Amino acid sequence: MSLLRVEGLGKKFGGVNAVEDLSFAIAPGAVYSIIGPNGAGKTTLLNLLTGVYRPSAGQILFQEQDLTGRAPYEYARQGIARTFQNLQIFFNMSALENVMVGRYMQERCGLASALLHSPRLARAERACREEAAELMRYVGLQDYLSSVSDAMPYGALKRLEIARALATAPKLMLLDEPAAGLNPTEALELDDLIGRLSDRGVTVVLVEHNMRLVMGVSDQILVLDYGRKLAEGPALTVRNDPKVIEAYLGSAITPETPYGGDVARAVAVAVEMQR
Amino acid sequence: MLARPMLQRLASPRTGGLLALAAVIALLPLALRNSYFYDVAILVGLNAIVCIGLNLLIGYAGQISLGHAGFFGLGAYGSAILASRYGWPPTAALLATTLAVAVLAFIVGRPILRLRGHYLAMATLGLGIIIFMIITTEDKFTGGPDGISVVPFRIGGFVLQGEHIWYWVVGALLLVAVWLALNLIESPAGRALRALHSSEVGAEVVGINAAEHKLMVFVISAVYASVAGSLAAHYSGFVTPGKVAFLHSIELVTMVVFGGLASTFGAVVGAAVLTTLPQLLATFEDYEMMVFGAVMIGTMIFLPRGVVPSLARLFKSRRSAAADGNAEKT
Ligand SMILES: Nc1ncnc2c1ncn2[C@@H]1O[C@H](COP(=O)(O)OP(=O)(O)OP(=O)(O)O)[C@@H](O)[C@H]1O
Ligand SMILES: [Mg+2]
Repeated sequence: MSLLRVEGLGKKFGGVNAVEDLSFAIAPGAVYSIIGPNGAGKTTLLNLLTGVYRPSAGQILFQEQDLTGRAPYEYARQGIARTFQNLQIFFNMSALENVMVGRYMQERCGLASALLHSPRLARAERACREEAAELMRYVGLQDYLSSVSDAMPYGALKRLEIARALATAPKLMLLDEPAAGLNPTEALELDDLIGRLSDRGVTVVLVEHNMRLVMGVSDQILVLDYGRKLAEGPALTVRNDPKVIEAYLGSAITPETPYGGDVARAVAVAVEMQR
Repeated sequence: MLARPMLQRLASPRTGGLLALAAVIALLPLALRNSYFYDVAILVGLNAIVCIGLNLLIGYAGQISLGHAGFFGLGAYGSAILASRYGWPPTAALLATTLAVAVLAFIVGRPILRLRGHYLAMATLGLGIIIFMIITTEDKFTGGPDGISVVPFRIGGFVLQGEHIWYWVVGALLLVAVWLALNLIESPAGRALRALHSSEVGAEVVGINAAEHKLMVFVISAVYASVAGSLAAHYSGFVTPGKVAFLHSIELVTMVVFGGLASTFGAVVGAAVLTTLPQLLATFEDYEMMVFGAVMIGTMIFLPRGVVPSLARLFKSRRSAAADGNAEKT
């Protein structure tokens, strides 16, 4: 049984089909990668899968439950967490507090208890602080335990978002270009981190341009272009898929190919695939 | 071993700040020479209570309100009408009024808080104006522009009258108001408010229902304003629409911003400074408002985060600079 299943999903912005008639399923425990050129609709897809956007067509089923049209916090409560391509750090809080916010669903309590700072809440707060610190160490942020978030470097902020998402104890974690802007050492550490997430039993959806990372960690790859599925399969199959290669190398570019004859775009995708 | 956590606790806003505020309230009467001084101090306390609630909404949750004088007014008039016209016991009048204001805030907050930024400002401004209009036109109940007199507050046979008693009552309530606000901010709900202020989508995707939290803090801030309004009515023995007007809403927001957004003690300091300053400046007569304006502009230029957060930051960076200096020596 699949953890997440998408059927005929579509999202229109005015006349633009950012995502169109997309169907796929993600098995529990997998690392499922989504690749495609800039503007292919990857971020839009993640926004659909977390309720940030409402689909214009199709359905999203998580553990066979229909979540289409629900609010983002309801997706989170079902066990879907994410990071953002353009960071969404709470810069008005410390790094540790950012991760503590991630534990909101486990920690939330009645208003009276919050206003009166009940002893039970005080204990829970101490435990929450401890667990948040533990998660920061887990993602390699042990040096930032007492940092204010607006003084942290970009690479650390990206990991802070992963720690915050992990704090929600998700079943499914969506990472939107986690390697973008990282130096090579940091990118290598990311391979390891994604591996550990997977070992922890978290199913990972990885949107990424870094092909070394994608080819190394993925169980399954979905290739998107113009919001449509171009190919789907294990890393090796996708890489060697004659249809993908043909399309990517442009040997038979006609108005019927998925690029609509856009040579520049086909070359861009091909270059990216070979990187 | 034991001293360190103790010291840390004393340095925390909840314990240390509350103790400092309690000390100020306890010692201030030494400097209050006559009942006029007490009167100003009580006014500061009541404004501070409103500002603490308003700061939860504006400073922490990032939602503007230009209509909070309306909730203050509803509290004042609710208590005045129930206690004076209908002879309710003041405590019952206060509780019933507070509950009614909470329900009203809950009902109007739902559609209003969907708006953002300037649109939210306009909507809350409109809400304040509607409340003002109702109070001035329903003169059968409210006395219209002339206002109405209010019976003194009494609990059982004990009558609260005179500046000295009111000073201690308002002082104690101010401490409670600060304590509750500090507790809320340090709770999961408080973190949720600060989170949605910074990134609403970031907050939602960790499971926070942003709309619900905005509504909650809107109701809490309305309740703070309403209770302060009820007390102000009983204390002064008279209510007029002046304190319900738009200008008062602006004054309240100004106090919050001046003291420092997202700082509970900042709200208290803002209320204290901007309530006493006009009294101090009375000697400048015609130039009073000009000096007042100049002080405001100067503060916002030199302490852009508001008085308390800016000074705290300055103090912190001095201290860490000193610590670095020591580290270099050793
Ligand atoms: N909120 C929006 N309003 C209008 N158009 C949008 C919006 N979000 C995305 N689009 C459009 O939808 C298409 C897909 O964009 P999207 O951001 O999903 O691409 P992407 O695959 O994530 O690209 P990148 O690799 O650059 O991050 C683009 O044409 C983009 O301009
Ligand atoms: Mg993107």
